[in-house]
Amino acid sequence: MDGTVKKPETENISEEKENTCEISRRGFLAGSATAAGALLLGSCEHAYASMEFSNSKDRYGCLTDLTACVGCRSCEKACNEANNLPTPDVSFDDASVFKEKRRPTSKAYTVVNQYKNPKDESKPIYRKIQCNHCNEPGCASACPVHAYTKTKEGAVLYDADKCFGCRYCMVACPFYVPAYDYESALEPKIAKCILCYDRIKTGGIPACAEACPGGAITFGKRNELINIARKKIVEKPDRYIDHIYGEQEAGGTSWIYISGVPFEQLDFPTNLTKRPLIEETKGFLGAVPVVLTVWPAFFGMVYAALQHREGPHKGQKNEKEEEKK
Amino acid sequence: MSNGTSIKTDNFRSKFMDKLLMGMSWSEYSKTLITPFNIVAALILSIGIPTIAIRFMYGLATVTHASNEYPWGLFLGWGLFGGVPLSAAGFVVGTAYYIFGFKGFKPLVRLAILTGFLGYLFACLYLLTDLGRPWRIYYPMFIGFGTASVLFLVAWHVATYLTVQLLEFSEAILEWVKSRRVYKWATMIVIGMTIAGIILSTLHQSALGAMFLLAPGKLHPLWYSPFLPHLFLSSSIYAALCMVIVVSTLIARFLRGAADNNFLGNLDRMTLGLGKGACVAMFVYFVLKLVGVAHDDNWYLLSSPYGKWFLVEILGFVLLPAAILTYGVKNSSAGVVRFGAFYAVLGIIMNRMNVSIIAFNWNLPEHLHHIIPPWREVIVVLTLVTIHIMIFRWILNRMPVVREDPEYMEYH
Repeated sequence: MDGTVKKPETENISEEKENTCEISRRGFLAGSATAAGALLLGSCEHAYASMEFSNSKDRYGCLTDLTACVGCRSCEKACNEANNLPTPDVSFDDASVFKEKRRPTSKAYTVVNQYKNPKDESKPIYRKIQCNHCNEPGCASACPVHAYTKTKEGAVLYDADKCFGCRYCMVACPFYVPAYDYESALEPKIAKCILCYDRIKTGGIPACAEACPGGAITFGKRNELINIARKKIVEKPDRYIDHIYGEQEAGGTSWIYISGVPFEQLDFPTNLTKRPLIEETKGFLGAVPVVLTVWPAFFGMVYAALQHREGPHKGQKNEKEEEKK
Repeated sequence: MSNGTSIKTDNFRSKFMDKLLMGMSWSEYSKTLITPFNIVAALILSIGIPTIAIRFMYGLATVTHASNEYPWGLFLGWGLFGGVPLSAAGFVVGTAYYIFGFKGFKPLVRLAILTGFLGYLFACLYLLTDLGRPWRIYYPMFIGFGTASVLFLVAWHVATYLTVQLLEFSEAILEWVKSRRVYKWATMIVIGMTIAGIILSTLHQSALGAMFLLAPGKLHPLWYSPFLPHLFLSSSIYAALCMVIVVSTLIARFLRGAADNNFLGNLDRMTLGLGKGACVAMFVYFVLKLVGVAHDDNWYLLSSPYGKWFLVEILGFVLLPAAILTYGVKNSSAGVVRFGAFYAVLGIIMNRMNVSIIAFNWNLPEHLHHIIPPWREVIVVLTLVTIHIMIFRWILNRMPVVREDPEYMEYH
C-alpha cells in the first residue's frame, strides 16, 4: 500500500464521520499504526479492502437486465459445470423449481427465481441471484482471519484454507449470499460466486454471462456497464424504472441490475445505505487505540493517587468510606 | 535411594488425593456424590455428551438449525453474547477492590474473578462448539490477520483476557497447593493484571455490540443503533454486579460449607453495596437505550409488534428490576436486592438474545418460526451449563475462594 495515496483519503473520511474516529486519528495516526500494534489494536488504517483500486478502470463487473431474462436457467447450468459443483436433484430444465424462492447454497453459486409481473401476468419476471462483489465487501470487513480478498479485477475471493468457520461473513453480507455446508464435519466451508476469477484473469468472461442466450447478462468494465445501463434507461423509459441497483447500494457493487419493476418487488434488499458497511464499525475501531493508551495511564494514576492518600493509615480510610455506604 | 524416591512419590500421591477428595477416603467421597442435583446432572450429561460427539462427528447440521440465513443460533446467542456480559464480574469487582480501594468487598473478590474466568472459559467452549473448524481457533493469532474486523479484536482480547484472569485467580490455586514462592510472584502482578483486565474488558464488551454494526439491514432498527458498543459496555457493568449477587446468593444457599463466616457474615452488607452500584448503572443504561431510539427518531416503531417487545425489554426487564434494586437498597433489604439482581441478570440475557436471535433477520418471512432451536441444540447448551456449574462447585469446595486459608492470612 502506498502511504502517500492512502493518508489523504482516510483523513477525508474521518472528517465526515463521528468524532470518536477523528480524535483517534489526530492523536494516534502518526505513531500507533505499526504492524505489531495493528495486530492488537485493529486500526482503521487497514480497514479498506480495496482502497488502492476503488476507482480502478480495470475493475470488471456484470450488468443483469432483468427485463431480458427468460428464466431458462442456462446460467445455473453453466455455473454448475464451470465450478465443478455437484449435479442437482432437479435437472436444470425442470421449471418446477420456480414454485419456491431459492437462494445460493453450498451446491449452487447462482439461482434464478420467478416473480409475478404486475404489468403482464403472462410474462413472469426472473431474477438471478449470486454474489454481487461489493466494492467494499461486508464479508471481508467481517472476516477475522482475512479469508476474503477483493481483487483488482473486481472479484471477491474466499480462501477456505484460512477460514475457521465463524460465519460472521454470512451475518454481515447484506445480500444473504455466502452459504455454508453445515453437513460437513471436517471440511465445512463457505461457498459463493467468485466471478469466475480464473476465467476473467485470462481474458475470459464468467460462465453464466457466456451461457446466457437472451443477452440478460453483460460482462465488462464496471464504469462502462453503468453507462450502458444509463443509456438503456434513457432510451426506453417505459421498459425500465429509473434505478441502477448496485451503483450505490452498500457503497456500490461490481454486479449491477436494471429492472422494469421496483426492486423491492423482486426481493432485493432496499433498506441499504450508500455507505460501505465498513463505515459502520470504523468509528469503533478508531476508538480502540485511545482506550489502549489512555486507560492504563488513567487507572494507574487513580491507583497511585489512592495509595498515596491512604499513606500510613493504609486501609482504614476506605473501610470508613465503606461503612458510610 | 530408590526406596526414598518411592516414599516421596507415595507421599505426594496421598497428598494429591487428599486435595482432590477433600481429605475423605474414596468410599466416603463417593457417598457424598449422591445428591438430587448430581442425579439430574448425570441424566443431562448422559444425553448431552453423546449429542456433542455427534456434532463433531457429523457436522453442525445434525445438532443445530443453523442455515444460510441464520448462521448463528443458541450457542453464540446464549453462550457468547449472553455469557460474556455476566462474566464482566471479575473486572468490575476487581477494579472496585484493587484500583478504587473498596476494601469492604474483599470476601467477594476471588469469587468475582472465578465467575469471570469460568464465564470466559465457557464462552470459548460454546464458540468452539459452534465454529465450523474449531481446531483452527488460533488462526486469528497466527495465520490470517483480519485487522479491520471487530471479531478479530474480540478473538485477541478474549484470548488475552482469559490468560489474565487465570493469572488473577492463580493466587487461590497456589494457596490450594500450598505454594510459597510462586505465590509471592502471583501477588506482585495483581495490579498490573487488574488494569490489563479493565482495558481488555472495556474493548471486547463493547466490541460484541460493535459486531452487529455490520448488519444494519438485518437487525431491527430499535435494537440496531450506532450506540450498540456503548450499550453493551454499560449493561455489562450492572450485569457483572448483579451476577456476583446471584452467585454469592446461590453459594450461601447451596454451598454453605465452602464459605467461612467472614464471607457469610458480610454478605448482606456487600450485597447492598453491589446493589447500589448496579441500580446507578442500570438507570444510566436505561437512559442510553432511550437516547438510542431518539438518535434515529425511531419512536414510531414502538407501536409495532417488535416495538411492544422492545418496551417489554426496557420497561419490564431494565426499569422494573432497577426500581426493585433501588427499593431494596433504600430499605436496606438484602433479600429484595437479591431478587432484583436475579431479575436484572435475566434482563441482560434477554437483551443479548434479542439482539443476536430474536430481532436479527426480523424482516425475513416466517422469521419467528426459524429461530426456535431444535431439542439437540438445547441439550448441548444444557450440558455445557451443567458442566459449568459442576466445575464451579468443584473449585469452590477445594480452593480458598469464599473462605480464607489461615496459613495465608498474613499476605492478605
